Order: sequence, then C-alpha cells, then structure tokens
Amino acid sequence: MTLRRLTTHLGLGLALGCLAFVIFGPLLNLALWAFAEQWFYPHRLPTAWGFDFWARVFRPRAGAWSSLYNTLAIALAAVALAMALAVPAGYALARLALPGRHAIMLLFLLPQAFPNLPIFVNIAAIFHQLGLAGTYTGVVLVHALPGLVYAVWIATAAFAAVDRSLEEAARNLGASPLRTFRDVTLPQALPGLLAASIFVFLDSIDEFTGTFFVGAPEITTLPLLMFNASMGGNYQVAAITALILLIPSVGFMLVIERFLKADVLSRIGR
Amino acid sequence: MTTSSSWAATLPAPPRPRIGLGLILVLPALAAIVLLYALPLVRSLLGALHDGDGFTLANVSRAATLYGRDMVFSIGVSLGSLALIAAVSIAIAGYLTLGATPWAVRALRWLYRWPLFIPFVVAGQLSRSFLSTNGMMNTALVESGLMAAESAQSFLDWRGLILTFAWKQIPFVTLLLAGAMAAVDTSHSEAARNLGAGRLRCLFQIVLPQAAPTLWVGLILSLVAMLSVLSVPMMLLSGNPTMMTAMMAHRITYYGDYGVANALGLFSYALTAVSAWVYLRLTLARETRR
Repeated sequence: MTLRRLTTHLGLGLALGCLAFVIFGPLLNLALWAFAEQWFYPHRLPTAWGFDFWARVFRPRAGAWSSLYNTLAIALAAVALAMALAVPAGYALARLALPGRHAIMLLFLLPQAFPNLPIFVNIAAIFHQLGLAGTYTGVVLVHALPGLVYAVWIATAAFAAVDRSLEEAARNLGASPLRTFRDVTLPQALPGLLAASIFVFLDSIDEFTGTFFVGAPEITTLPLLMFNASMGGNYQVAAITALILLIPSVGFMLVIERFLKADVLSRIGR
Repeated sequence: MTTSSSWAATLPAPPRPRIGLGLILVLPALAAIVLLYALPLVRSLLGALHDGDGFTLANVSRAATLYGRDMVFSIGVSLGSLALIAAVSIAIAGYLTLGATPWAVRALRWLYRWPLFIPFVVAGQLSRSFLSTNGMMNTALVESGLMAAESAQSFLDWRGLILTFAWKQIPFVTLLLAGAMAAVDTSHSEAARNLGAGRLRCLFQIVLPQAAPTLWVGLILSLVAMLSVLSVPMMLLSGNPTMMTAMMAHRITYYGDYGVANALGLFSYALTAVSAWVYLRLTLARETRR
C-alpha cells in the first residue's frame, strides 16, 4: 500500500473515531452513571459500581413503577386514538376523490410545521377550564395530536401503495367494498400502518412538553421523572430512567427496515 | 331500430363519485385537528394581540421589554445551530455520496444515524453529564493530553445548547440530504471529474446546488424542532438569558400571565414564518432563474 493511501486510511479512521466518540461518548457516559454508586471528581471512572440506585428507583413508593405504567398506558391509548382517526382518513385521502385534498393534507401538516409549545400552553389553559387538566384523558389527547400528523401521512402513503388491481379483482369476484377493505387492502397496508403506530408510540413515550403543561403534577411520566431527577442533581436515577426510555427507541431503530418498505416511504407526501 | 335517447336510457347510470363517504371518513381526524390545534392556535393569537377590550400591542411590547435578551439569544442559538447542522450534514452526506473508500462509507452510514431516535429529554440529560466541567468531554481531552486540566470549562451555556441541538438534528438533516444527493444524476459529477474537478469541487458546485432545496427543508424543520423544545434549555441553562420556550414556561408557571406568554409564542411563530418565507423566496428565485 502506498504511503498516500495509508495516510488516507489513517486519516479516515481517525475522523470516524472522533465521530464515534461524539456519538457514543455521551451514551457511554449515561451507562456509566446508571451503574455507578459513587462517582466524584477527580476520579475518571466511578469509584463504586452497583445496582443500588436501580433498587432505589424501583422501590414501591419511589414513583418509577407508576411513571412507567402511566407512560405505557398513555402511549398505547394515544396510539389507539391516533390510528382510529388516521386509518379512515388515510384511506379516504389515498383512494377516494376528495374536494380540496391538497388543502386537507396541508392542514394535517400544520401541527408539525410550527412550534408547538404555544399550542400546548393554550391547550392546557382550555383543558383547565374543561376540567381535563391533570387527567389521563387530557394527556392522551395531547399526546395523540403530534402523532396524528405522522399517522395520517404514513397511513395515506401505505394505502396508496396497495395494488389497486387486486382490489378491483376482489370487487369483480363479488366482494363488497367493506370486505375488500378488510381482506385485501388492510393486510397489504398493515406494515405501513404498524410503522405509523410505532412512530406514534415512540413520540408519546418521549413527549415531555405536553405532559409538563397538561399532566403535571398529578400525572408523572418517565420523561417528567427523568427531568425532575436530573434537576434535583440525582444523576444516577436520571441515567437509569433515560436508559429505560432509550430501549424502545433504539429497538425500533434496529428493526425499522422490516416495516417501512421503500415503496411506502416514497409515497409519503404525494 | 331504437332511438338513441331510449337506448341511452337502458344503460346503467354512471357511478356517482363517493365524495360523501370520503368526507365522512376524514371528518373525525379533521375535527381532532381543529379542536386540538386550530382552536388553541386561535386562542394563542388572540391572547397575544387581544386584551379584554380589544386589539392591543401591550402584551407584545411587555414581552419585548422583559424578554428581549432571550429573544435575541434564541435567534442567535438557532442560527448557530443551523449553521453547524448545515456544515456537518453537508460534510457527512457529501462523503456518503462521493466517498471513495468503501469501508469508510459503510462505517459512516451505520454510525451517523444513532442520535436520530434519541428523544430531546434524554439528549438534555446526556449533555448535562457530558459537557460539564468534570464531564466525559473534558476528561477525555485532558487524559489524551490535548488540554491542560486547569483549562477545563463547563459547556453548559449557549455552546452546550448549540452542540446538543446539532447532535440531535444532524442525523435527521443528513438523512434527508443524503437521499437528495443520491437522487442527483451521477453523470453530472462524473463529467466534472473527467474534466479534472476534485471531489470537493464536485460536491459544492455540482451535487449540492441540486440537493439544496432538501437541505433548506431539513433546516426549517430543525428550526421548528429547536423552537419547540422545553426540556433541553431548562436542563442545560440556569438563569438568563435562555431560550424562549423556557421563558414561556416560566411566565406561565410563576405568573400565570398568558398574555405575555402568548406574545412570546407569537414571536416564535414569526421566526418560523420568516425562515419559511426566506426558503420560498430562494426556491422562487431558483425557478425564475431557469
């Protein structure tokens, strides 16, 4: 190998190494804090390791179990609500003739096109008047809103990707529209719809701002718990909660290719 | 022989377009958007510009007086982050498209996506422990001899904010940009290489101009994300100045002053609208130049 090629490879390796440090360094730091029992300056690594803080986090009255339960229950409810609204809307936008279709799709884009903090603030005020603040219903509604945007767009793309000729063949053989939808269209759109559900689920699990305004202090979710622990200076608890939050996100990233196929992705936005 | 009219009458009626069904199916989702988004949006605008009596700019002027520094800070941090995001995304996407070393391209493609699925709350916590005076960043620099131990400083200020926002948003923008660059016809850069252009020149003069609209879209979406995040400014910064989102939350939580908080919200809308307008002007200029 010539010297020039060697130096090129060395330089590339160094650059990639720096990038890996920038990306994985903070994550490694988080893992260290999660398993550290004692870590004070100027030690480079924790002086005592252990699961002590894990036990503290998951003590019955520490609040982590209820936060975990709240987070999962709210996320599942938000997914159910968002998909119940998005599947019919996606089918209508993809298959049926709608007047003002572009205007409607644009309307479904707006919640993601502008900063949503003022929206959450005012939703909280409105919910306060309606008595929905601090209730599960209120929080689920707030979580379902950003998810609805993704859900409608991906559902539209998923239904548009279904082969029309198969539907027409089913209708030709005498199936009713509802039966065609149930037995032909829906199974083919299912991977895309599942991907949309996962997006909404992850979005809801990670939602902090909405829960901060609508749910606190009655309802605590994992992000709120992590935030409180971090602001209180308890880095171990914050790191443990952060790790729990990371598991679904990273897990999804590793399996995303199975659900979001290229032909569905290419239709988002049409 | 039948007349044409009676023959036409025997044909089945053409199917009526099923507009009614479509509207019914879309209606629940539309209603949700209207109730959960349009209504609070209107309330936010009214709260900012409307008093009990009528149209007023009092809230806006009070917000500017109280939080003027934070507004400037937010703009500065946003612009700084966008510049960093653009630079690094162009570098990574450019290398993925034009890189000549296969193993490096594969490694980079696997590597850059990791922060994409990490939520902002967790990113805030990551930064808090990584960028502090005794955090891993300073420790690594000191251990590797690149810095003296006394010059370790805490990055938990505007620099930490810019770094955190960039860390989180670069994979997203790179993903969009790499897709757009891959869609650019390779014959263009091949022709340029044939004429002697280096790869860097190909990137900036051939590939990037054609992929630029996607870059702008990614940057605007990143701006919207940065103006929506509450957790990161609250976790990284203490006191003033800080991002508008933290100030809005502060105003609501401690004063219950929705007027000024909504005026701050109006300002963040204006910032987004300005950047969208800049994007539209740029794309329009491109179209008319052709």
